[in-house]
Amino acid sequence: MSQKKAPYELPIGPIHPALKEPINFTFKMNGEVVEEVDFAPGRAHRGIEWMGMRRNPVQILHLCDRICGICGVAHALVFAQAVEQIAGVEVPDRAYYVRTIIAEFERIQSHLLWAGVAAHELGFDTLFYLAWQIREESVDVIEYITGNRVNYAIMMIGGTRRDITPDMFPRIEQALQYYEGLFEKMVNLFLNDKTIAMRCRNTGILTKRRALELATVGPTARASGLAMDVRTDSPYAAYGDLDFDIILPEVYSNETVGDVYDRIVVRIFEVKQSIDIIRQCLRQMPDGPVLAEEKYPKLLMNLKKASGEAFARVEAPRGEDMHFVRMNGKQEAPEMWKVKASTYSNQMAWIEILQGEQIADIPVIIASIDPCMSCTDRVAVVNQKGEADVLTKEYLHRLSVEKTRRMQG
Amino acid sequence: MRLSPSFNRSLWVFHVNSGSCNGCDIEIVAALCPRYDPERFGIKLVGSPRHADVLLVTGPVTHQMRDRVKRVYDQMAAPKVVMCVGTCGQSGGVFYDSYNLDGPLDQVIPVDVYVPGCAPRPEAIIYGVVQAIAKLERLEKEVRS
Ligand code: SF4
Repeated sequence: MSQKKAPYELPIGPIHPALKEPINFTFKMNGEVVEEVDFAPGRAHRGIEWMGMRRNPVQILHLCDRICGICGVAHALVFAQAVEQIAGVEVPDRAYYVRTIIAEFERIQSHLLWAGVAAHELGFDTLFYLAWQIREESVDVIEYITGNRVNYAIMMIGGTRRDITPDMFPRIEQALQYYEGLFEKMVNLFLNDKTIAMRCRNTGILTKRRALELATVGPTARASGLAMDVRTDSPYAAYGDLDFDIILPEVYSNETVGDVYDRIVVRIFEVKQSIDIIRQCLRQMPDGPVLAEEKYPKLLMNLKKASGEAFARVEAPRGEDMHFVRMNGKQEAPEMWKVKASTYSNQMAWIEILQGEQIADIPVIIASIDPCMSCTDRVAVVNQKGEADVLTKEYLHRLSVEKTRRMQG
Repeated sequence: MRLSPSFNRSLWVFHVNSGSCNGCDIEIVAALCPRYDPERFGIKLVGSPRHADVLLVTGPVTHQMRDRVKRVYDQMAAPKVVMCVGTCGQSGGVFYDSYNLDGPLDQVIPVDVYVPGCAPRPEAIIYGVVQAIAKLERLEKEVRS
C-alpha cells in the first residue's frame, strides 16, 4: 500500500556516540529531501562565563582549556591576550613563538580529527582510522611540549608556562617531516578519491555571498572563497613575523564551489600550512624568558589592580574565537567575561546548506562545518498520524554508507 | 581483579556525552583507534544503548541531559556496567560551582567504574574497561547461580 508522503518532521539528537557535544535538530522532510531545518543547541551549557566571573584570571585559564577539549589553546590564548591588554602585561617575544607553535600543532590535530570524522560519516572507516592514527603523532608532540594530551594548560597571563628548548627541536622536526611525508598520501586519499568527490562535490553548498551574509568564519568561510583569517587580518602572537597565505580552495582546484569538498580541501592544505608556520617559528625563535611574571601571587595582585576592558580574537582551528573581558580593579574576578566561539558563527550556515539535501547527506554536511557539537544519534520520525518511530544514529549512518556504495556502483 | 582465562564475550560500549568539554570524548575515540586497538578484544563502540554492555558517560551531567542519561541507562539490558570517565562527572571538576549541573553522575545513575583524570589517558580508559569486564563477569555469575 503506497501512501503519498506529506512533509514530516525529523528530530535528531541530542546524543551522539562519538566526539561531539549534544544538540537537537529538527528537519522538515519531504520524502528524502530536507525542506526546513531548525536546531536547538544548549545541552552542553555549563555556565562557564558565570563561573569565570567568580574566579581569578589564572583559574579562568584552566577553565578556558575546558570550554572545548579540542581547541583549548585557542580559548586560553585569547583570554590571556585580553587580560594582558587590560593589565598592560608585556609578553616576552619568545613566548609569542611558543604560543604560535602550540596553536599550530593544535590546528593539525584538530583538522586531522575532523578529517577522520568526515570520512567516518561517509562510510570510510579505514580512512577514519588512518586519520586518527596519524593524528596521534601531533598529540604525542603536544604531550612532549606541554605534558598533556588534551587540555594542555600551557598558557599563562604574560606568556607560557613552559618553554620549547633547542633540545626539543629534533623531536618537533621529526613530527613535521612525518606529516610532510604523508601529505601527498592524504591529498590522494581524500581529494583524488572518486567516491569522496561524488559524495562531497556540490553537496551542502554555501555561496560566497551567503557565507558573508551569515558571518561565517574560519575554514567554512574560506571554503566559500572568503579570504579571511584572523592570523593575517589582525596578527597576534608571532603571526605578524611569519610568512604565509590564506588557504582558499583555489590551491587545489581552479573553481570555488563552497561545498563539502572545498571544506576538505581547505582543511587538508591548512595542515601543510601549519607545518610551514611551525618550521618558521623554530627557525626565528628569539632567546629570552617565556613568562613576564613568574611569581603567581604578584601576578594575581597586579591583575587585581587592573581595570578596563578588552576584546581579543584569535583564529581557532574552526575559525575566529573572540573573548571580551572587563575588570574593575576592585575584585580578582573579571566583572564581565564573554566568549564567542567559532561554531557560534558557523552554525547558522547549517540552515542554508542543509536545505534541499537528502537524509543520507545530513551527517556529512553537519560535520562539514566542523561543529563543536553534532548529534545524529536518536532520531524519531513523526509521520502525519503522529506516530513516532525511533531511528538511531546507526540508521542514519547506514543510509550514508549505502549511498556511498550505490554511487560506487 | 581476575579475568577468566578467555573472555567469554566481547564487550560493546555505548558512549553518552552529558555536556562534557569533548576532552574525554576525544580520548575515548583515540583509545578505540589503531594505536591501542581494543577491537582485538572485541571492545567496540555501538550506536544503540540496547546493544551495549557498558555505558561510558563523560561530562558533568548538565540539567538538560539528566533525563537523557537516565533514559539511555534504562534502555540497556542487564547485566550492565556504567563507567564514569573524567573528573567532571565524578565531582564536577572544574565546573564544580556551576548552576546548571545535576551531577555528579552517581547521583543520577549507579556507577560501577570511575576513571579519574581531566582528561584521562586512553590507557586509563582501557584499564577501566578491563575492570568493567571483571565486574560484568561477576554479575553474570550471580545471575547464573
Ligand atoms: S573530565 Fe575534564 S577533560 Fe573530561 S570532559 Fe570533564 S572537563 Fe573535559
